[in-house]
Amino acid sequence: MTEKNSPLWEVFIRSRNGLAHRHVGSVHAADATMALQAARDVYTRRGEGLSIWVVPSAAITASDPADKDMMFEPTASKIYRHPTFYEVPEEVGHM
Amino acid sequence: METPLFTYTLRLADTALILGHRLSEWVGHAPILEEDLAFGNMGLDLIGQARSLYTYAGEIEGLRRDEDALAYLRDAPAYRNLLLVEQPNGDFAATMIRQLLYAAFAHPYFGALSKSKDERLAAIAAKAVKEMAYHVRHVSEWTIRLGDGTDESHRRAQAALEELWPYTGEMFEVDRVERALIERGIAVDPATLRAIWDRTIDEVLEEATLTRPRDGFMQSGGRSGRHSEHLGFILADLQFLQRAYPGATW
Repeated sequence: MTEKNSPLWEVFIRSRNGLAHRHVGSVHAADATMALQAARDVYTRRGEGLSIWVVPSAAITASDPADKDMMFEPTASKIYRHPTFYEVPEEVGHM
Repeated sequence: METPLFTYTLRLADTALILGHRLSEWVGHAPILEEDLAFGNMGLDLIGQARSLYTYAGEIEGLRRDEDALAYLRDAPAYRNLLLVEQPNGDFAATMIRQLLYAAFAHPYFGALSKSKDERLAAIAAKAVKEMAYHVRHVSEWTIRLGDGTDESHRRAQAALEELWPYTGEMFEVDRVERALIERGIAVDPATLRAIWDRTIDEVLEEATLTRPRDGFMQSGGRSGRHSEHLGFILADLQFLQRAYPGATW
């Protein structure tokens, strides 16, 4: 099986209403229709999902691991960006 | 003495079990992991249907035979499955075509059976109809890609179609056992499904650029216990453990 005839697809599943689709893995398939069915057969065997997205892996632009210092390191010192300086009233409950 | 309802339920159960077993033979052998799981999933759908049907058949019979007794302790002539489903897996295309020919029938069949006056059969069918809808969808897409794929995949799919076509007539047969149940609103009259099956098959084959074989001599007998030589080998595999170690559990 070659990547050309059967490219890779990334699979995203939404498990419940109101939640976002989450990446769960990938499948090989010749086209989008078959990728969707493969995703159903591989990743929803135990009732994991209500909705599936498949995206050609080649369509994803990824950050370069070599850039991680430049990309992510600067945020480490900016603790004030975390919304942890507020007191949440009890009645608000889970946010 | 078998009652018509027992025989009818057993026929449905045996067909589901044997086809489910055939699909399970692919596990670990399919060309890609995705399809290995798809065969396993479809096989488990069918074996699940068989379990419910065997349990019900055992209750109808009233001889305390449970699902295991019916599946593991009957010889080939007592099996009532369609000859189509005991045919060997052959290659990937042959398994897909066999599944298409059966699922395109079973899907509307269970749809109709879900309106049966027998509540148990109606409930089992209502669950099965959703499973079979996916089988139709999945194997249709594969048939289209195999038929309209490479020269070799087309040749293999067409060869499988010719080979299996003579086993499709048995799905539409009605004998005295079933006629009585049809008249009582319990069993499904397969004649009412012919047009639906034809349409499904014709649409898929056309898109797959495959040629529908002409109806000729049709094989028959599975549902009365007259089987091809293949069933004995299936049962040897399926029943070995319970035959060699009666009552074994784990």
